[in-house]
Amino acid sequence: MGITAAAARDEFQEELVIRPLHSGDIYASFQFRTLWDTDFLQEGQKVSHYRLFPKSLGQVLSKFSVRELHISFTQGFWRTMQWGQPFIPSPPGAELWVWFHDTVSDVDGNWKELTNVLSGIFCASLNFIDLTNTVQPSASFKPLGLGNATDHRFLRYATLPREIVCTENLTPWKKLLPCGSKAGLAVLLKSEKLFHSSFHSQAVHIRPVCQHKNGLDFAKILDAPSFCIHLCINCYLHLFTEWSLFKMFSRTLTEACPLATSSKVYVDITDNPEGELFELSPATPLLSQAVVLGDRRTYSVFDLTRAETFGQLRSLNLLLRWKGDGGEMLRPLLHAERYVAGFGLQTGEIHTVIYNNHPYRAFPVLLMDSVPWYLQLYIHTLTVTSKSRDNKPSYIHYQPAKDRHRPHLLEMLIQLPPHSMTEVTVQFERALLKWTEYTPDPNHGFYVGSSVVSALVPSMVAMSTNFTQDQPLFSSFVPVKEESSYFVRVYTEPLLVNLPTPDFSMPYNVICLTCTVVAVGYGSFYNLLTRTFQVDEPSLPLAKRLANLIRRIRGVPLLT
Amino acid sequence: MNYCNLITIFAFINLLVSIPHGYSNYVETKAGQFFSSGHTNNWAVLVCTSRFWFNYRHVANTLSVYRSVKRLGIPDSHIVLMLADDMACNYRNPKPATVFSHKNMELNVYGDDVEVDYRGYEVTVENFLRVLTGRLPPSTPRSKRLLSDDRSNILIYLTGHGGNGFLKFQDSEEISNMELADAFEQMWQKRRYNELLFIIDTCQGASMYERFYSPNLMALASSQVGEDSLSHQPDLGIGVHLMDKYTFYLLEFLEEVHPASQANMNDLFKVCPQSQCVSTPGHRTDLFQRDPGSVLITDFFGSVRKVEITKDTINLTSPVEPPIKRSGSSDIQIESLTYVDQLPVAEIIHQQDCLEANVTRCRRKQQRTRKLNCQVVEKQTA
Repeated sequence: MGITAAAARDEFQEELVIRPLHSGDIYASFQFRTLWDTDFLQEGQKVSHYRLFPKSLGQVLSKFSVRELHISFTQGFWRTMQWGQPFIPSPPGAELWVWFHDTVSDVDGNWKELTNVLSGIFCASLNFIDLTNTVQPSASFKPLGLGNATDHRFLRYATLPREIVCTENLTPWKKLLPCGSKAGLAVLLKSEKLFHSSFHSQAVHIRPVCQHKNGLDFAKILDAPSFCIHLCINCYLHLFTEWSLFKMFSRTLTEACPLATSSKVYVDITDNPEGELFELSPATPLLSQAVVLGDRRTYSVFDLTRAETFGQLRSLNLLLRWKGDGGEMLRPLLHAERYVAGFGLQTGEIHTVIYNNHPYRAFPVLLMDSVPWYLQLYIHTLTVTSKSRDNKPSYIHYQPAKDRHRPHLLEMLIQLPPHSMTEVTVQFERALLKWTEYTPDPNHGFYVGSSVVSALVPSMVAMSTNFTQDQPLFSSFVPVKEESSYFVRVYTEPLLVNLPTPDFSMPYNVICLTCTVVAVGYGSFYNLLTRTFQVDEPSLPLAKRLANLIRRIRGVPLLT
Repeated sequence: MNYCNLITIFAFINLLVSIPHGYSNYVETKAGQFFSSGHTNNWAVLVCTSRFWFNYRHVANTLSVYRSVKRLGIPDSHIVLMLADDMACNYRNPKPATVFSHKNMELNVYGDDVEVDYRGYEVTVENFLRVLTGRLPPSTPRSKRLLSDDRSNILIYLTGHGGNGFLKFQDSEEISNMELADAFEQMWQKRRYNELLFIIDTCQGASMYERFYSPNLMALASSQVGEDSLSHQPDLGIGVHLMDKYTFYLLEFLEEVHPASQANMNDLFKVCPQSQCVSTPGHRTDLFQRDPGSVLITDFFGSVRKVEITKDTINLTSPVEPPIKRSGSSDIQIESLTYVDQLPVAEIIHQQDCLEANVTRCRRKQQRTRKLNCQVVEKQTA
């Protein structure tokens, strides 16, 4: 028994993965991971010293007893069929889902305050998240971190599809990094180039993880689970025959973040084994293989913690020149779409289409739909068909909406037959809102958040279940339990529906018209009744008046 | 002769004595001037009330003032910036993440380090008045509050579409000059400001300050009642007008000001005369106690910095002790934590059966231990 002082063991890793696609586009994914050395089981413990973990978020976590926090801001929609699967998917707009500790007594109160605090930290309108757009999923969104009990009463999920992302969201996000935007990979995050892309997403994921210390001999080690914050930016840029870091981000890399234990750049060269598709310079001998999203990929690695990566000029500017026209990309195994059908402003139909492109394997997917209350779903018209036959889901959870209190929540576990298209349709009626509930621009339409499709997709290649810290960050985000499948989440498009909108200028028009009618009609009537008429003698011109004067003197009758 | 010499010597000695005295007087007057306005901190509330792409110029107006105010020293924590629509990342913007104020895209007033506190649908009359009077719900974060006290100088800048006695917010509601005057009176009674400078750039802007009745208010407007404020120049690349004339010349004037500048309010009143602005800018100083000629621009646009000069060395305290981990098997429960299955199909189907059979003991069956364990243990060394 004894007391020892353990050195603070916060850790920071950063990496950038660049995936060139055949169409000449680039997918760049930045991931920054900070491990916070604290005992998450002892919540309520007062922490007074923050090293690498940002203090603003640490205080939020302890004040609201948050076990896991996932927030993302996205501009654009990820086109799975053209671009493949992203490493960490996110829906358009803002998405926030939080797991609270079991000890929280008032989850809704904590949730409301948490959204307000986060809206201040990230300069976003997250305070619009309230009970009318929050749901409590019963089977989706299991925790991504450690934990035994998964009581869904402590989970809350909300999306704001209308939320925009711009520099004011990037500025506080960059301030969460230990090096800020001054050193390391974050110097490439310049807003002018970053937002000039087809897809941009920035996310913060906080969850408790295992800490594994290899080869360190402490006197007494408590291998306690600690918090890990994972910040990632995905962006998707169009480029042409030649691209370089300078062209994409208007910066080159000059040094790694001094506080980082590892700082790497990975370039996906799987489709270019002999160098016939593109040419990458500067050449690097380091190669690494990783199994990610069910596929084994090869990467060229640039290690920024080693001085020789930067060469003579002390700066790293990756250059890639396309040589040949590549073939087709592998079709992703799971894909989903959603659209609104129907006409008019009274009723409509939501269609969700899920594609299983695997040639012979069937697998289950969990579809979660959260529809706002003003689209009143007729759940008796819900149909699920695969290959023109009814497909009965093995699990349905439906929570009906309450006007102005709660949205609809529909969760279904559907088995997708191999090589098939499954269609889920449900009819709805559009509600008439009160006139104060309309937004200032109601003719734009109202957004319905994306559906979430979670699935365990069979993998072509054996996935590694060894969850050590030596793996690159992008391949170790989601914990893998089985070798034969990997977990993937696909988001559909958000919907834009028009609700019956009144003409807001009508009160003004009515007042004008009514007052005019009253003034003209009643006024004339009143005048007729109350006005008296007198005969008014017209005044004579000057000449006649003088003539009359002379006539008066003469005593002769006057002129009229 | 002797008498003359004596007088000269006496005068010389007097001069010698009075020079350091005069110098200290000079320092004191300088220090006195520094604190003569009586304020100890500065705040700014900058509001753009217009929505839609064709009102780009109003957002550019607000961001120009934001940029100047930040440059002259007011930090983001003391600025409440309200933008009713997003122009920088709007899909119609040919250059995303930029808002320009000059044609030919010379000056990007959006910049790389901007924090917008209220954006989009949050910019409403109610939120604006709540910010001014301080009556916000308890869970509002600090960055959205105006935490001023009775020694604060506040700059309030409004821009958008207005008329005689009102300012339109987002095409759906309006604030009247009486409401604004009452809000300022509430601020005065709650001692929420020391001095307040109110600038408005809308059509018929002077009508908005006609009804003020609280002390220590100075107001500027871009046009008189009955006149329209005009926009400055369109940009053919972006396709909209980039700025309003009054704020354009105001920005030009403020770009010359630096934190130590001695420019005063009389110079500000001369910004944009009718020959340049077409409308006649107006101002109101009758409620203000000090003479405008003695009020520095930096009293409102800049920030007071509390600087203490010390010549002693200061010893920093010893570094914070790292967290001390207690060890002892009696204190710690050995609990095996695992990563949860992301899509436990069997469990979910079982949940369905539970719901149908209404059995409450189902929940305990949901836990499973898998290969990946993370054990909270204590390792003893030899």
